[in-house]
Amino acid sequence: MSTGPGGTVEAAPPKAPRESHARQFRGLGAGFLVKLVLMMLVNAVGLSAILSAYAAEAWVILGAMVVLLLVADWVYFSKRMLPLKYIYPGLVFLLVFQVFTMGYTAYIATTNYGSGHNGSQQQAVDAALIQAEREVEGSATYPLSVVRDGETLGFAVNEDGVILVGTEEEPLVEVADAVLDDNGRPAEVPGWEVIPRATLLTDQELAQEVVDLRVPVSDDADEGSLRTREGSTARVYRSSLHWDEEAETLTNVDTGVVYTGNEYGTFVGDDGSSLPAGWYVNVGFENFTKAVTSSEYQQPLLRVTLWTFAFAILTVATSFLLGLFFALVFNDDRIKGRKILRTLFILPYAFPAFLSALLWRGMLNAEFGVINDWFFFGQNINWLGDPWLAKLSILAVNLWLSYPYWFLVCTGALQALPSETMEAAQIDGASKWRQFRSITFPLLMVSTAPLAIASFAFNFNNFTIIYMLTNGGPRFTDTSVPIGSTDILISAIYQISGVAGGRADYGLAAALSIVVFVVVGIVSAIAFRQTRKLEEIQ
Amino acid sequence: MHKKIGMGAALLTSVALLAACGGSAEDTAADVAAEPTAEETTAAEETTAPESTAELVVWVDENREGAVEAAAATFEAETGATVTLVQKNFEDIRADFISQVPTGEGPDITVGAHDWLGALVEAGVVNTVDLGANADSFAQVGLDAMSYDGQQYGMPYALEAIALVQNVDLVGAEAPATWDDMIQAGIDAGAERPFCINTAGETGDGYTMYPLQTSFGAPVFVQEDGSYTSEVGMGGEAGLAFANFLAENGEAGNGYISTTVDYAINNELFNSGECAFTIQGPWALGEFGDVNFTVNPVPSAGGETAAPFVGVQGFYVSSQSANTLLANEFLTNYIATPDAMQALFDADPRLPAFDGVDTAAGGEYVAGFQASAEDGVPMPSIPEMGSVWDFWNAAESAIIKGADPEATWTKMIEDLTAAIS
Repeated sequence: MSTGPGGTVEAAPPKAPRESHARQFRGLGAGFLVKLVLMMLVNAVGLSAILSAYAAEAWVILGAMVVLLLVADWVYFSKRMLPLKYIYPGLVFLLVFQVFTMGYTAYIATTNYGSGHNGSQQQAVDAALIQAEREVEGSATYPLSVVRDGETLGFAVNEDGVILVGTEEEPLVEVADAVLDDNGRPAEVPGWEVIPRATLLTDQELAQEVVDLRVPVSDDADEGSLRTREGSTARVYRSSLHWDEEAETLTNVDTGVVYTGNEYGTFVGDDGSSLPAGWYVNVGFENFTKAVTSSEYQQPLLRVTLWTFAFAILTVATSFLLGLFFALVFNDDRIKGRKILRTLFILPYAFPAFLSALLWRGMLNAEFGVINDWFFFGQNINWLGDPWLAKLSILAVNLWLSYPYWFLVCTGALQALPSETMEAAQIDGASKWRQFRSITFPLLMVSTAPLAIASFAFNFNNFTIIYMLTNGGPRFTDTSVPIGSTDILISAIYQISGVAGGRADYGLAAALSIVVFVVVGIVSAIAFRQTRKLEEIQ
Repeated sequence: MHKKIGMGAALLTSVALLAACGGSAEDTAADVAAEPTAEETTAAEETTAPESTAELVVWVDENREGAVEAAAATFEAETGATVTLVQKNFEDIRADFISQVPTGEGPDITVGAHDWLGALVEAGVVNTVDLGANADSFAQVGLDAMSYDGQQYGMPYALEAIALVQNVDLVGAEAPATWDDMIQAGIDAGAERPFCINTAGETGDGYTMYPLQTSFGAPVFVQEDGSYTSEVGMGGEAGLAFANFLAENGEAGNGYISTTVDYAINNELFNSGECAFTIQGPWALGEFGDVNFTVNPVPSAGGETAAPFVGVQGFYVSSQSANTLLANEFLTNYIATPDAMQALFDADPRLPAFDGVDTAAGGEYVAGFQASAEDGVPMPSIPEMGSVWDFWNAAESAIIKGADPEATWTKMIEDLTAAIS
């Protein structure tokens, strides 16, 4: 498939004085061979992925892989695609890890995928039929052999020494002169070929047919049918549901209730009852509207959103100001041992955040925590149990975790400030405060504002600290949604998705993720626009 | 000249490339063919020769892997099939099983807890099972727990329940008969705290409190012939009596029950001898290395038997398995046997859900937990239970912290009834 580096290039005469080096083909250098080997590897990996996608019948992945691989070969063996040679790997990563993920999330957001809507309609039917097929009360266990007559499979069972044979169409009838083996299972049945057990256990397709086979006990369907699960014994089962493939309805043969699939992917009976297993269907933008209109989610999600903004903005503001303050103070030449002090300042930043959060959780314990013991005379202040105190605790711990970052950044930025400007200001007789307000701070903002926006976006989705410190608690008491007063959007999404247990609603969780993505995107875009004005200062 | 070398190099690479692809392609195709993909037989399966045997994929967790391995080895030798054990985190299995079975990537059999069953049935990912010839040997509480709407969906093999753990040096080994006896014994022993219990911090822990609650006759859901209905059973007089009990012994009352005590603190308090009695499960015993303790059933606080939740572990068969027959053969003839059950116990000593398992090797505490589990009731596995925890835990936590017990409890029952209807 690779197009050889044929001689056509050599024939092409140099046209322009400044020519791309890709066109300056002067033969087979070491570089070309390296490229060849690398492309061989890429092709080998790509082909193996294509073949396994083919074997797994994953057509979309197969198609995508073929396109990506062909484009890769074209890009790297063509003479014209110089810029693409640099950006193609990045584009592939963008496609696979960003665009695909976002596209898939968007797709899930338009479905009702979650508890009770988990697979396809066929799987829901399978599940309903499994759940409706019950053992007939008092059914004995019959030793069984699977028998075959040409293509027709049948069961031969031993009912107290009497051998009965039947197929899917023919109810059980007695056969004479059959031979039993030591376990009481029919070993030879006249007119039928007994399938050895070893064959049954090794032939997957046959085994599946045997598991699906039901042999009616008699002409009366109400008496049930024999079925086997492991191929050596049979019991009498009876299914109360009948699946009508044409009409796509399930009928309860006992009560006559007809279950029809509704637009939400649930089988609903004409008496109003429904079957437990459903399938997932496209619900359009319902998940997005549910978040703002449903009485269950509306109020809690509004409070969570407000707190998310407050948390992200306050965290950035407080840690920036504290970091800046320390940076200014410790930037003074008169302080001895500044390097050691600065290193110590950075320590909280060096600990893993989840560990720090867990430690703080213990220290904030009302009865046993050191915070109350040391600083509040052993009072039982319930830092993590009161909605407002819990919010305060989160902000305080996050401040402790993130101010070293700003200390670091501001120290760096301060040292990079032009000293002439400061000198000029001093000569002009500006006060210290004036110098800070009019020169230092604006210049500092130029380099730190983009970082502040990034920090905002990070804290907007700062799952770790919430999960580890309060796990969103204390819970809202007035709603059935399992979220609480310190939950931010991302931790609320985690709860709603049901990954941690409880009821899952992936559709709603995906929709909310997209909302979070859009919010962070818009806020960042606006903020970056604003920071451009700052750059005019320079 | 250059041209010719170029062509030669291109030819060579193409050959090398094809050779490289050829090898990996065959491997991959074979891998995929052997894997039980979906119920539809694929084209790849047709190429599988009759001799090449089927593969049974079993999800197990770390603790059970060794035991299942032994059963799998016998199974492989006798049937010629291959059993592939995939080790997973126990906590991850529930969500992974639900999401992967419909895609065809799920296992044929998985280890699981009984309280997942409602969700598994609702997701349509689990098949019914037969218990085989030894059906009578299973403990009834285990069978009840792994059945749903009158059908048996799982094969139980182990039980677990919380029990009263007491510091023998402080209060002796004798089981207290009632809550008041227990508190009195603790006070007489001079312990700093006569009793401590994990409330999961601010979250509240209805699970650990449950034996105390049932001793007031207030079950979460009303039970009918072994199966739970979705009718909330903890309202009414009995429920309010329990709420009052919580308030009486909570932070505003005697202070025996406090939301400052989470799992780690509770175990630390007991292990340091500061607290004489606690209620814990077998999983926490490893943390009580510094004290001499014994295990007894939980005493009654409200007059009736204190019945803890019994958790049951067992095996589920996937509803979309392509090897249903093999999977059932494995469970009924290679797991539901006295030898296999004994091997499971020896590998990970949990209370067996099968008669005749010799538990002597499990240590002296097994008997205490066994006695507690015998009083117990299965934790409800109906999907409604998922909604219960949040309301229930939060209300208990609030009452312990000093909220009005009757109003808080009544509101919780109202909210809960509204949420699950």
